Amino acid sequence: MSTNVTAKSPAPAPAGKGDSTGGDGLLQLMIDGMRRNMRQYGMLIALGLIVVLFAVWTDGDLLLPRNVSNLVLQNSYILILAIGMMLVIIAGHIDLSVGSLTAFVGAVAAVLMVNHDIPWPLAVVMCLLLGAAAGAVQGFFIAYLGIPSFIVTLAGMLLFRGLTEIFLEGQTIGPFPKGLQDVSNGFLPEVGPDTNYHNLTLLLGFAVIAFVVLQEVRDRRRQQEFALEVPPAKLFLLKIVALVAAVLTVTMMLASYKGAPVVLIILGVLVVGFGYVMRNAVIGRHVYAIGGNLPAAKLSGVRDKKVTFLVFLNMGMLAALAGLVFAARFNAASPKAGVNFELEAIAASFIGGASMSGGVGTVLGAIIGGVVLGVLNNGMNLVGVGSDWQQVIKGLVLLAAVGFDVWNKRKVGS
Amino acid sequence: MAGPVLEMRSIVKTFPGVKALSDVSLSVRPGEVHAICGENGAGKSTLMKVLSGVHPHGTYDGDILFEGESCQFKDIRASEQHGIVIIHQELALVPYLSIAENIFLGNEHATRGFISWSETLKHATELLRRVGLSDHPETRVADIGVGKQQLVEIAKALSKKVKLLILDEPTAALNDEDSGKLLELIRGLKDQGITSIIISHKLNEIEAVADSVTILRDGRSIETLDVKAAETTEDRIINGMVGRDLDHRFPERTPHDTEADAAPALEIRNWTVHHPIDQQRKVVDDVSIQVRRGEIVGIAGLMGAGRTELAMSVFGRTYGRYASGTVLKDGTEIRTKTVPEAVKHGIAYVTEDRKHYGLNLIDTINRNISLSALGKVAKRGVVNEHEERQVAERFRKSMNIKAPTVFEPVGKLSGGNQQKVVLSKWIFAGPDVLILDEPTRGIDVGAKFEIYTVIDKLAAEGKAVVFISSELPELLGMCDRIYTMAAGRLTGEVPRAEATQEVLMRQMTKDKR
Repeated sequence: MSTNVTAKSPAPAPAGKGDSTGGDGLLQLMIDGMRRNMRQYGMLIALGLIVVLFAVWTDGDLLLPRNVSNLVLQNSYILILAIGMMLVIIAGHIDLSVGSLTAFVGAVAAVLMVNHDIPWPLAVVMCLLLGAAAGAVQGFFIAYLGIPSFIVTLAGMLLFRGLTEIFLEGQTIGPFPKGLQDVSNGFLPEVGPDTNYHNLTLLLGFAVIAFVVLQEVRDRRRQQEFALEVPPAKLFLLKIVALVAAVLTVTMMLASYKGAPVVLIILGVLVVGFGYVMRNAVIGRHVYAIGGNLPAAKLSGVRDKKVTFLVFLNMGMLAALAGLVFAARFNAASPKAGVNFELEAIAASFIGGASMSGGVGTVLGAIIGGVVLGVLNNGMNLVGVGSDWQQVIKGLVLLAAVGFDVWNKRKVGS
Repeated sequence: MAGPVLEMRSIVKTFPGVKALSDVSLSVRPGEVHAICGENGAGKSTLMKVLSGVHPHGTYDGDILFEGESCQFKDIRASEQHGIVIIHQELALVPYLSIAENIFLGNEHATRGFISWSETLKHATELLRRVGLSDHPETRVADIGVGKQQLVEIAKALSKKVKLLILDEPTAALNDEDSGKLLELIRGLKDQGITSIIISHKLNEIEAVADSVTILRDGRSIETLDVKAAETTEDRIINGMVGRDLDHRFPERTPHDTEADAAPALEIRNWTVHHPIDQQRKVVDDVSIQVRRGEIVGIAGLMGAGRTELAMSVFGRTYGRYASGTVLKDGTEIRTKTVPEAVKHGIAYVTEDRKHYGLNLIDTINRNISLSALGKVAKRGVVNEHEERQVAERFRKSMNIKAPTVFEPVGKLSGGNQQKVVLSKWIFAGPDVLILDEPTRGIDVGAKFEIYTVIDKLAAEGKAVVFISSELPELLGMCDRIYTMAAGRLTGEVPRAEATQEVLMRQMTKDKR
């Protein structure tokens, strides 16, 4: 029953550590809980192992505050795409066009801001709308005309890539206005007295901790209110301690460098927001339903076409956001931007627990999958593994993650 | 008399946590048709999987003797080499290959890897003649009906020089006519010296075709009866299956006094629907029916009568092409062009195919129950999970859904429990009219009775129930009135007092064209 807010803690798995603190009963409860969410805990543990492996391999360089900061900045756009992609995959579809769409939106943004001097906030809004429109058009073909998403978005992939090149006339356009660069590459502003730490980040970290604890306590109380069984107090306490420790670790790391990157805040809002919608909103439930069994969802009165349409519209908008962040980070829009981004996002979703047949997956899972890929990239760069071997290893990780899932399911016998 | 052709002795098969077979012995005489029956979960399918090598030797305890030899099959191929062929309930045919290609799939007439088509067609034609199928062997399997597909499966078995044919619920998907033909064929095979084992829920079928019947209950073989003997009656077999006297197979129903002058809760007038692809064909042809509050109205008909098509086309036009007709709720005309509209007007349709149209099998019990009425546990678009769980818990108890928690994926439940989840889902939606399409298909006797009780209670609460079923005793036991349909038309309306199986069957086979 972990809530979506745990997404802010890409730290090593908190759940596996408590063996010594509790008795046998407690351990059993934890194991039971983990078994129910085998895939997610499995990935969390795998992520922990990967982090430890590279931390040792790089003599601790991986966990230097500066590198952690970099990790966030380097992967933000893939993570943004992975959130949208997870929704698409849960709905039982696929979107191959997002890489090209990020490039296209980046190109449009550059033309608007650099060539036409349109104020950047206005241009950002225009770009987001453009992305939503592109997603909506694809969604229309898929939902209302019934053309398979693989084909529609494959067409979109070619189309947007071509449009990008046409738009940029093969050139690279930049630089972007300072304001936008700060959003993509910058950190929260420094305020208050000099404490050796980044004050605003600390405050934010504490706020998140307070929110997490409050939310968990409220959730527990609500369950009791509805006369439902709750896990024992000991286990509950353990969970809270683990959550707080995880958030605190990340906070301290970021606060001892330049503070929290602005994109991390954006990501956090997206994860919490989409996590909440997918878990608690009627529309989120409907996305799971159409992916899990479309005919049954239809006969239950789910407006499947509308839901599919909205999922693609949303994907387009997130692709636009990713495009803006990417272009601003490299301070230029290039015709070759965003190549293979769709595959990274799809891989992140599957590593994070999505199922090819739809109906399964969580937003948090997409983030975990994305971070696994990100840490692999970053760690292998630090130890000097070439990009050739990096691809081989990432391919194997994807295969292993999904293979584990299939094996685990077969063992359960469903 | 010769010794048994097949003997299975003290078979024990354990799955992690479950003992599927705890002591089963089976003895089949050469050339007989031997039926196996038992409730769902009694171990019939498991036993046949042990026999055919799906569960290989070593994963079970006990001995299998076939034609006097001890057998240790390591896979299906091994059992097929001995002439034991199993035909599963879900047919294993490739729809886009031809009949001939399917018959010889994995067993092709080929020299050095190249198929000899003339030989293939010649043999296929012979085999098809033996099973009484006149279609051309190059017809695609997708283009023939389920009944004929079943025959193709048998032809395929014959091509493997079958000595012992195992049929798992062969008539479950067939209409009465096709079932009859199939049973006749099984009898014909007997004359050709082929022994058959047939797993069936349908006791009348067993009576019609089998020589002896072995009853399984809770993983044990209870008894083997001679079907031709006078004391072997349906009730006798049912007793063996459930191990208790079943003098009441239906809840005691006192037909509810409905106000005859009040407008019917649901009235369908002159409803006509065309086939979704073949648009010349009327699948439902000028049908008018009505159902009052507190009433259970049955719809009887053979396969292809248009019962499901009628229900689904009324429920949000989810089947076929609407041609004409109106739907009235409590005397006023309503629009039911989409499912949400139908639900809003208090109509619920419980599908005959719960796995494909009723449930999201990978999702949990609570989420399946709430899906069609999420608004009831949501505020401003946000689902209250605790309330949802509470609702599900309530249904788990009241419907006796056997699951440890409501967070269990419904795919793991047995058929009867899945059906209870589908019913819960639609009861939770709070409809005035429930259209139940084969609500007891493929579930065991005990769960059936529980579902009958629920249906009776719904009617007692003043809901109008339309009960579509292929089992006539069930309609006779439950309904206040029964409509009959044949080939898309309404052919009769019989009040409870006058209804007998013979009366209904006569009208179900009436050709009004």
